[in-house]
Amino acid sequence: MNQPNIDIESIRKQFPILHQQVNGKPLIYVDNAATTQKPQSVIDALVNYYSTDNANIHRAAHTLAARSTEMFEDTRRTIQQFINAREAEECIFTKGVTESINLVAQTWGRKFLNAGDEVIITTMEHHSNIVPWQMICEEKRAILKVIPINDAGELLMDEYTKMLSPKTKLVSCVWASNALGTINPVREIIEKAHTVGAKVLLDGAQAGSHLEIDVQAMNCDFLAISSHKLYGPTGVGVLYGKREVLEKMPPYQGGGEMIKEVSFTNTTYNEIPYKFEAGTPNIGDVIAFKYALDFVNTVGKQNIANHESELLSYFVKGLLELNNSITNNPITLVGTANQKVSVQSFTINGIHHFDAGMMLDAKGIAVRTGHHCTQPLMQRFGLEGTIRVSFSVYNTKEEVDTIVDALQSILKFSQR
Amino acid sequence: MIPSTTDIQNEIIENFSLFDGDMESTLFYLMDLGKKLPVMPEEHKTEDYIVKGCQSKVWVYPGFEDGKVTMEADSNTEITKGLVYLLWSIWNKRTPDEILETELFFIDKIGMSRMIGSQRSNGFASMIKQMKLYALGYKAMGS
Repeated sequence: MNQPNIDIESIRKQFPILHQQVNGKPLIYVDNAATTQKPQSVIDALVNYYSTDNANIHRAAHTLAARSTEMFEDTRRTIQQFINAREAEECIFTKGVTESINLVAQTWGRKFLNAGDEVIITTMEHHSNIVPWQMICEEKRAILKVIPINDAGELLMDEYTKMLSPKTKLVSCVWASNALGTINPVREIIEKAHTVGAKVLLDGAQAGSHLEIDVQAMNCDFLAISSHKLYGPTGVGVLYGKREVLEKMPPYQGGGEMIKEVSFTNTTYNEIPYKFEAGTPNIGDVIAFKYALDFVNTVGKQNIANHESELLSYFVKGLLELNNSITNNPITLVGTANQKVSVQSFTINGIHHFDAGMMLDAKGIAVRTGHHCTQPLMQRFGLEGTIRVSFSVYNTKEEVDTIVDALQSILKFSQR
Repeated sequence: MIPSTTDIQNEIIENFSLFDGDMESTLFYLMDLGKKLPVMPEEHKTEDYIVKGCQSKVWVYPGFEDGKVTMEADSNTEITKGLVYLLWSIWNKRTPDEILETELFFIDKIGMSRMIGSQRSNGFASMIKQMKLYALGYKAMGS
């Protein structure tokens, strides 16, 4: 087992929220795939911004505005480096992954999709990478195709290859599944899509905090990420797009910032990224997002990934041992792909996932239960929902032990 | 003599107070209560009798005998089933007026929203509303 290069205790100290009791027990937060907690540096950045620098960005001629504009654009440069985009202008600030995907569907999709064209997604998409495509495909009479998966939760790549044709205009695919944890072979997906001239959008919601991102090396056309799953504030996301692709896209929303000149007869639009950033953005949260990226860079993505994957293996081992110790093996793992981020879904025979979630909460353990906004995926597995544990850099093996013990006592109660 | 809806609620409050806010024992107790619900015939668990707005599935199947509303109920989750039992214990075999006039003060007193979260509380509110609607219907039929 790898010795961690990071001191988890000192990392935990940076997250004030972790140090509290819930239902009389120390909080164990393992709902990180839904949102991660925020380090003190991010919280401080928000407070400092509103205490000392708040002003609307761009245009104004005063010092505060210059300061806030500089900080806002500094986050853009930081995210550019974080994903290795060629230029900062290729990074558009949005509300999050959902808005990033909707932006592409409503601008690129509206301009480039025609009747009979095909958009490919996968079985394991979050609703936010299904519904926007259903909406635009219905409007354009385009066809939505879905790559199937095997029982482990891995894409059937042969089926994908068969689906590709000159009719394929876009492949929009989740990089790492929020419900299963599967890391998809995105490089192969992108290469294959490009051979038929299709563009590729990656939903990077679950990838941002632990997978190395290099949009140039991957050669994806779009990448969507959310700040709040990356230790940053909610309400901020990024849409990366290649300059040549973004420039051909019409604006998303009309309003301030996105224009060059407005008259009642004709309006011309601003350059990227501003063309897609109508209205006053979420300035304070964008500024604080930089501190979240700094946090990840300081700890090191590889260190984060190593620690999380160690926790995942340790948890799965604990679950399987617990399962084997009980007659009828009530626990079923959902999502057993070879390549995974630190997410484990499972079901317990005889215990509804809602009940399990409530009982774990009574022990101070925060997990997610339900369909995880992936109803078609749940249907694929014949499930209504699962219990999902997802780890982050601040979780510990001791916490994993407590979770497994808690599950054991819940199982004992249900079998009484 | 049949205890009044107020008496039953007071008893519920007293029973829950024994756990002194300990969430785990409270949930275990709720789940045990759910087991006391009479078995609901599967053929009554249809779309028409699902209570809308509940996060878990809840069925309530009403009947009317000798001027009293009867109630069959079930849920697919054990904690919710315990909550359903509480309501059943108060309202099964009551007149429509008794149901319509009941003020369900036990809900706040046992701290239900803290116990089950706001989403399930909304579901519980839907269940109450549905029962009152049934009572109103039977009252209209009877008058």
